[in-house]
Amino acid sequence: MSRIANCFNDLKEKNRKGLIPFIVAGDPQPGFTLPLMNALVDGGADLIELGVPFSDPMADGPVIQRGSERALVHDTSLRDVISMVVEFRKENKQTPVILMGYLNPVEVMGYEEFAKAASEAGVDGALIVDLPPEEAGELKEIMVKYDIDLIFLISPTTNVERQKYISKIASGFLYYVSLKGVTGSNRLDTGSVEESVTTIKQHSDLPVGVGFGIRDAESAANVAKVCDAVVIGSPIVELVGNLSDDSETSMKSITTYLSTMRQAIDVI
Amino acid sequence: MLNNSLPNESLPDENGHFGPYGGRFVAETLMGPLQELTEAYTRYLKDPEFLAELDDELHHYVGRPSPLYHARRWSEIMGGAQIYLKREDLNHTGAHKINNTVGQALLAKRMGKTRIIAETGAGQHGVATATVAARLGLECVVYMGSEDIKRQSTNVFRMKLLGATVVPVESGSKTLKDALNEAMRDWVTNIDDTFYIIGTVAGPHPYPVMVRDFQTVIGREAKQQCLQQAGRLPDALIACVGGGSNAIGLFYPFIEDEDVAIYGVEAGGDGLETGHHAAPLNAGRPGVLHGNRTYLMEDDNGQIIETHSISAGLDYPGVGPEHSWLKDSGRAKYVAINDDEALQAFHDLTKIEGIMPALESSHALAYATKLAPKMKKDEIIIVNLSGRGDKDIQTVATLEGITL
Ligand SMILES: Cc1ncc(COP(=O)(O)O)c(C=O)c1O
Repeated sequence: MSRIANCFNDLKEKNRKGLIPFIVAGDPQPGFTLPLMNALVDGGADLIELGVPFSDPMADGPVIQRGSERALVHDTSLRDVISMVVEFRKENKQTPVILMGYLNPVEVMGYEEFAKAASEAGVDGALIVDLPPEEAGELKEIMVKYDIDLIFLISPTTNVERQKYISKIASGFLYYVSLKGVTGSNRLDTGSVEESVTTIKQHSDLPVGVGFGIRDAESAANVAKVCDAVVIGSPIVELVGNLSDDSETSMKSITTYLSTMRQAIDVI
Repeated sequence: MLNNSLPNESLPDENGHFGPYGGRFVAETLMGPLQELTEAYTRYLKDPEFLAELDDELHHYVGRPSPLYHARRWSEIMGGAQIYLKREDLNHTGAHKINNTVGQALLAKRMGKTRIIAETGAGQHGVATATVAARLGLECVVYMGSEDIKRQSTNVFRMKLLGATVVPVESGSKTLKDALNEAMRDWVTNIDDTFYIIGTVAGPHPYPVMVRDFQTVIGREAKQQCLQQAGRLPDALIACVGGGSNAIGLFYPFIEDEDVAIYGVEAGGDGLETGHHAAPLNAGRPGVLHGNRTYLMEDDNGQIIETHSISAGLDYPGVGPEHSWLKDSGRAKYVAINDDEALQAFHDLTKIEGIMPALESSHALAYATKLAPKMKKDEIIIVNLSGRGDKDIQTVATLEGITL
C-alpha cells in the first residue's frame, strides 16, 4: 500500500483528521527546507505538501507567490526539490511527501525522468495545479508505473459529472479547493464546503483533503469537521518568509504554530 | 460574415489542440467557466443576430473595412515586389486590437457578464478594452505590470479617461506575462460576474480560436481587396508576431492558398545570439504557460525568462499555439527582426509614404525590405500594418536622445 493510503487508513482507524502543511521548497533559502520539513512533522503534520517554485504561479495568491520568488532567487529547481526529499527520507520513512507545482518544470525535465527521480527519492504524490485530467493522460500512465499518486483538484465550479470523471483518474486523495479564488484568499464558506464534500463522497471512496483559504485554528477546525484532512499553506509560508535564520528557535516557532492547528483539529 | 468564409480546417480539436499545442492547462476552478465560454462562443458564432451586430459595430464604430494601400513609392525604392499595406492603423484606437475586444465584449454582454477584465503590456489592448467597455457601459479593470506602467504612461492615462481602473502588477518581472497571471487570478476569484478579454491568440482554449476568429476580418478583407485591386492573390503575407493575433488574423483566410507564402516576424531585440529578444518560435522551445502548450522562452529548469524588445507589444515570452503548429507544419515561416532594423523601417515608412507605423508593425515592414528586393516587380506582398506609431513617439525620441 502507498504511504498516502497508509496514512489515511491510519487516521481513519484513530478517528483523526489529517493535517497537511504546505511550504515552498527553497523558501527563503534552500538550506531551510529540510529543517522546516522536520519541524512540521514535529508539529503534527500527517503529510507534507512541498511546493515546487515556478516563475508564473497563476493559481497562487500574493503570499505563496512571494515564497516562490524567494526560492527562485536561489534558482531552486525541480531537481533540487527532489534532492531535498532524498535528504528528508534519510531520517523520515513514514510521512508522505507530495510535490505541488506547475506543469512547465515537469515538461522540461521530462515526464519519465521526473517520475523516476521522484519515486527513487521517496516522493509519494504529485499535484500539478495547471494539469486538469483532460490533459493528464500521458503523465498519469507514467506516474502509475512509478507508484506515485497523481492528485487532482475539485473546485466549487466542478459539476457532479466532472467530479465523477476526476474521481476516476485521481488516486491518493481528492483535493477540494474550498473557494473560488487563489491560495490565501479569505472567502472560505464552510457550509458550501460541507455540501460539496458530501456530494464528492457519494461517488468516490478516496479521502478528501480541503485546502485554499484556511487561515487559522478556527477555520481549520471548522473545515476538518466536514472532510478527512486540511491543507494549510499561506499562513505557514507567511511565517517562513519572516524567519531570519534556520536556528532551532526559528524552527521551534513553526512547530509551535502547527501544534496549535493540530490541537484545533484534534478536539473537534 | 464571420462564419461563412473561413477555411474548413479541422483544427483545433474539441479540446483546443493544434497538434501537440494549445489545450487547456489551468487549475480546476477555471475548467467549468472555460467550458461555458466555449459553448457560448460556439453558439453565438452561428447566431445571425450576433453576427449582424458584430458586423455593424465593426463598420460604424471601428471604421471597417480598413483600406489595403499600395505603397508605390516605397515599393519603387526597394525595386522588387509591390507592397500593399493592410491599414489596421486606421481603426478606431489605432490598432487591430479592437477587432477582438468588440467581439469579446459583445459576447460578454450576451452572457450577462457586467464586469470586464483585461491584461495589457503596451497598453494597446487595455485601451481597446476600456474603449468597448465604455461603449457598452460595462465596468472595466485592466492589469498592467508596474514596469510597463512606467514605460507607457500615456496609455495608462488614456484608459483612466475611458473610465477603466488600471491595477499595477508587482509580481514576477512586472510586465505583460505577470499582468496575464494577475488577470487570471482576478477571473478565478470573480468568475460569476466577470468576463476576461484576453488580447491575443494565447491563453487556454477557447481563447486562441476565439481571438483568431474575431481577427480574421483582417485577412478576409485583404483577400477580397487584393483580388479587386490587383486581380489576383498576393504572393506573400508578412505580419509581426507578439502573441500572434494580428498575424493569424491576416494569415488564416489564406492558409489553404498554398501558393501564398506566409511570414511571421518575431522581435529579435538586440539579436537572437544575445539572448535579449522575444522570439520563442525562433529561439525557444515548447512548454506550458498561461493555459496552453506552445513555444516559450524558458531556462533549463522550466522557469519563464524575461524578454526584450523595443516594442512593448511584442515583449512576450510565449506565442499563440496555432503559430507553433504552423511553424512545425511548415505552412508558415517565422523570422526575427532586431530593434535597430525595426527602427529603420519606422523612419522609412514615415518619410517615404507619410505613414507612421507602430514599432510592432515596423518589424513586419523591416522584413518586407529584405524580402521584396528578391521578388519580381509584378509580385505582391501584403504587410499587416497592425497599428499606428503615435504611441511610440516618446520611445523613438528617447532612443535618439531627444527630450520632448
Ligand atoms: C500595433 C500592435 N501590433 C502588434 C501587437 C502584437 O500583438 P499580436 O501579436 O497579438 O498581434 C500589438 C500588441 O500590443 C500592437 O499594439
